[in-house]
Amino acid sequence: MGAQLRVYRQKIKSAQTTKKITRAMELISASRIYKAQQRLAAANPYSRAITRAVSAVATFSNIDHPLTTERAQIRRAAVVIFTSDRGLAGAFSSNVLKETEQLTQLLKDQGKEVVYYLVGRKAVGFFSFRKRSAIRSWTGGTDLPVFTTAEEISTQVVDAFNAGYDNGGVDEIHLVYNKFVSMISQEPQVVRLLPLEIVEGVQTPEAGEVFPLYEFEPDVNKVLDALLPVYIESRIFNAMLQSAAAEHAARQKAMKSATENADKLIKNYTRLSNSARQSEITQQISEIVGGADALVDTSDKE
Amino acid sequence: MSDKTLHIDLVAADRAVWSGDAKMVIAKTVEGEIGLLAGHEPMLAILSEGEVRITLPTGESIKASANGGFLSVENDVVTIVARHAELS
Repeated sequence: MGAQLRVYRQKIKSAQTTKKITRAMELISASRIYKAQQRLAAANPYSRAITRAVSAVATFSNIDHPLTTERAQIRRAAVVIFTSDRGLAGAFSSNVLKETEQLTQLLKDQGKEVVYYLVGRKAVGFFSFRKRSAIRSWTGGTDLPVFTTAEEISTQVVDAFNAGYDNGGVDEIHLVYNKFVSMISQEPQVVRLLPLEIVEGVQTPEAGEVFPLYEFEPDVNKVLDALLPVYIESRIFNAMLQSAAAEHAARQKAMKSATENADKLIKNYTRLSNSARQSEITQQISEIVGGADALVDTSDKE
Repeated sequence: MSDKTLHIDLVAADRAVWSGDAKMVIAKTVEGEIGLLAGHEPMLAILSEGEVRITLPTGESIKASANGGFLSVENDVVTIVARHAELS
């Protein structure tokens, strides 16, 4: 077997093994998207109930709460970045990180200091490679987020927000995450979490219907005190679930095109190896024929 | 006694735990235990850690533990929203 042919055979083998791996990852991701979507749907009643309650309270009290008040001077902003733990998901993590860089630039232009909270190993890797520091990071659960992590993140950022700039805290909190739009599209989102400016997706009562006149137990402010942290938690949890679903969708897409590429490579190399084999055979035949001719020629002369 | 029922939604952060009709629900708020029947006025209350008891129209009762969240009542729909909730 000629050297050229051996090289081609090797390449075909290697593409075949890669294809097996990418195909398996594609199938795994495809089944996990479904689960992640289900989790997203399962968490929906909770966030809907909270949003409704917050909107109800907001209509009855002119919210004057530390968490909703814009500070006179914003000197330090925190950015919470949601990436994935593992790669091979196309531009999933780098999209979020790119978005973060833009946001950082914007905040710095406004004269704000920026600090980071990281979720996912990819963000941690990005930061440690550039020798940048982050206040805290959470890794290891991005493809199957649990509510306790959301609680932890939320406590951490709300505490930092309540502390304020003078005590080493922050005046503003942003979230950057991938939103699951559909199986084939994920969009990086930048959301300002705190101070809460508008309640996102406020349920305005339909025409003719008004929010009932609630009785608050113990009183409006206490209810708001208890409600807002829960609302923030639910927003963070939602971001994590969105990001998880988007991660699986992005990985499925990336692996699908990788499998297709492997197929193309195998096909091309098979063609090349066939023609290499054929030309080897042709060469051998012509060598034999040439050799026989030469022998005939020499015997003729005698 | 009226035969009106309440509609209960018990939801935890990551899933809906229980949903259905009931005659009465008893929950623990930060102010103490509260029992709700159909026709209760709209209310928003903060839950404290404790048990939620739901009495079904058939007379059976369901118990659940709920921790951290709130409870809202309006138009005979009771929504119990807890960070962690579980049927027990």
